Amino acid sequence: MATLSLNDVRKSYGKTEVIHGVSIDVEDGEFVVIVGPSGCGKSTLLRMVAGLEEITRGTIDIGGREVNKLEPRERDIAMVFQNYALYPHMSVFDNMAYGLRIAGIKGDDLKARVGKAAEMLGLTTLLDRKPRQLSGGQRQRVAMGRALVREPSAFLFDEPLSNLDAKLRVSMRLQIKDLQRRVATTSLYVTHDQVEAMTLADRLIVMNKGVAEQIATPMEIYDNPANVFVAGFIGSPAMNFFPARIEGGHLHLADGSQLPAPAGVSEGSVILGIRPEHLMPAPLDAEGSLSVRVLAVETLGADAFVHATLGDGDADAIVFRVPGHDRPAEGERVSLMVEPGKAHVFDAATERRIAEA
Amino acid sequence: MNRATFPHFWLPLLLIAPQLAISAIFFYWPAVQALYQSVLREDPFGLRSTFVGLANFRNVLADPAYLNAAQVTVVFSLLTAGFSMAIALLLAVQAEKVVRGRGFYRTLMIWPYAVAPAIAGMLWLFMFNPSFGTLAAIPRALGIRWDPLLNSSQAMGLVVAAASWKQISYNFLFFVAGLQAIPKSLIEASAIDGAGPVRRFWTIVFPLLAPTTFFLLVVNTVYALFDTFGIIHAVTSGGPGKSTETLVYKVYNDGFVNLLLGSSAAQSVMLMVLVICLTAFQFKYIERKVHYG
Repeated sequence: MATLSLNDVRKSYGKTEVIHGVSIDVEDGEFVVIVGPSGCGKSTLLRMVAGLEEITRGTIDIGGREVNKLEPRERDIAMVFQNYALYPHMSVFDNMAYGLRIAGIKGDDLKARVGKAAEMLGLTTLLDRKPRQLSGGQRQRVAMGRALVREPSAFLFDEPLSNLDAKLRVSMRLQIKDLQRRVATTSLYVTHDQVEAMTLADRLIVMNKGVAEQIATPMEIYDNPANVFVAGFIGSPAMNFFPARIEGGHLHLADGSQLPAPAGVSEGSVILGIRPEHLMPAPLDAEGSLSVRVLAVETLGADAFVHATLGDGDADAIVFRVPGHDRPAEGERVSLMVEPGKAHVFDAATERRIAEA
Repeated sequence: MNRATFPHFWLPLLLIAPQLAISAIFFYWPAVQALYQSVLREDPFGLRSTFVGLANFRNVLADPAYLNAAQVTVVFSLLTAGFSMAIALLLAVQAEKVVRGRGFYRTLMIWPYAVAPAIAGMLWLFMFNPSFGTLAAIPRALGIRWDPLLNSSQAMGLVVAAASWKQISYNFLFFVAGLQAIPKSLIEASAIDGAGPVRRFWTIVFPLLAPTTFFLLVVNTVYALFDTFGIIHAVTSGGPGKSTETLVYKVYNDGFVNLLLGSSAAQSVMLMVLVICLTAFQFKYIERKVHYG
C-alpha cells in the first residue's frame, strides 16, 4: 500500500520532449486511469513509473520514496503487460511464483501465497499448465495473478485488455475493478479505450501529445471537460462541435440559427459543443431550436444514433441520440432543442472551456 | 493442409530431379562406394581386390591407434563445440547491448566464417609459431614453454582454438537471431519481478534460447567431427605423434597417405554410423528439454 506521486515528470528523446510535465498525487488505494489516443505518451509515462524508461526531468515518488534512480526491481511495483509477458517455458504456478522465489520465499509459504492468488482468480485447476495451453482470458488472469501474488505497493496496467475479444473485455473489466477494490492497492492503468477508462477509474488522466489535458473523476470530466480535446475524446459518439459567434446575447451558428448565449461571456468567436445525448427532438421550427436534415440512422436497439446536417446545405455533420423505437426517417427535417445547461462553450483560440449554456 | 495437385506424373519428378541428382551423385554414390570398399582388400599394387567380409572392421577396432583417434576426437569435439558456443553466446549477448554501430559489430563478427579452414589453420599456425609467431610471445612472456610442435596438449589447444574461432561467427549469427526472437516484455517483466541481469539471463533468456542452442549443438558436433579436417591438416597434420589425429583425419591418412583403402573405407562407414547415432541421440534425449515457443 502506498501513495504514488508524479511531480512535473518530463521525458525527452534527444532534443524532442515527448512528455511535457505531468503531475498527479495518487492516493493510497486509488485507481487512476491514464487515457488518450495512441502516441499520446501514456505508455511511456507508465513505463517511467515502472523504471523501464528513464525520467528526463521531474520526480516520481512511490510510498513517499523518490524512485527516479531505482531499478524496476527496487521500486516494489508489479506490472501487467498488454501481451501478458508470461514466461512461456514455465507453468502457471512457476510464472506466479517467479517473483516470490526471487524475494526468497519458499516451501509452504510460497505455495500458500500462490494458492491464494490463484483462488481469487479462479486459476487453481490451471496451475500445472503452460501458458500456450491457456486461452487469452486465462493468460490475462495469470498475468494478473503474477502481479497480485507479490503484494506490491502499486499495480501498473499497460492496456491489459486490448488483446481480448469484446465480451471477455467486459467481464475482465469488472473482475479487475472488483479485485482492485478487494486488495485496495494503488493502481495506475493505461488504456486508449474510453469506456474502460470511465468504468474503472476513480480518477482519470486524459492525455494528448504528452500533456495531461485534464485530471479529474470520470463524471467531472464528462460534465465539465476542460477543453475541446477532452470533450471530444470522452463520450461516445463524440461531442458535436460548431463554430459560433457570440453577439448581442445570442450564439450565432454558421447556418444562421440562434441559441441563447450563456451569461458572463464576452462577445467573439467560440466553439459550441453539444453531446449527442443532450439534443432532443422539438416541435418543428420552435424558437431557439436547431433545424437539421437526417442523413442516416444507426439503430442499436435501445437507442439509435442519427447523423444529420445542420440547415439545408452540406454544413457540419451533427449526431444525436433518440430512442430506438422513435426514430426519424432518412431525409426528414427535424428540429432539435439543447437540454438546458448541457451545452459547452469553448474559446475559439485557446479551445479552453469558458462556460456552459 | 493444402496439397498442390499436379496433373501429370512426370512433371513433379522433373522438378525435383536436379536435387535428386545432386544428392545421388555427391552423397549416396560415395556412401555406397565407401560401403563397398569397406568389405574389400586391395593388393599392394592396386590391381586386384578381394572380398574379406568384416575383416577390415575387426582390424580397425582392434587397432590401438584407432581407439586413440576416437579419444582425441571426443576431447577435440567437446572442447571445440563447447568453446565456440560459449564464446559466441557471450559475444551475442554483449552485441545485443550495443546501440550505436550494431550492424558494424555484427558484420565484423561474421567475417571469420568466410575464411577457408586451411587458411584459418595457417593463420593460427603462423601467429603461434614458437619461433616467429607474434602471439607466441604472450605465453612465453608468461613463463610457459610454448611449443605446439612438440607438446601435444599445446597442439590440441591450438587446433581447438583455430576450429572454435572459425565456428564462433556461425554460432554468433544464430544466437543473435535467437536473442532477437525473445520478446522484450519478458525481460522487462522479469526485471519488475525482481530479477537482476544475471538471473534474468539464466532463468528467462537461456531457457528461451534452448531451440537455438540445441540446433547449434547438433551442427557444431557434426562440424567438429567432419569439417575440421582442413584446420587440423594445416596446423598439426595430426601430430605431434598422433595427439591431434581425429577420426576424420585418420580416414584421410590411412586412405590417401597410407593407401589402406579397405581400412579407410571401414572407418568412414563407422564414422557415418556414429554421426547418425549421435544426432538421433541428441534429438531423442536432449530435445526433450527444449521448449519451442
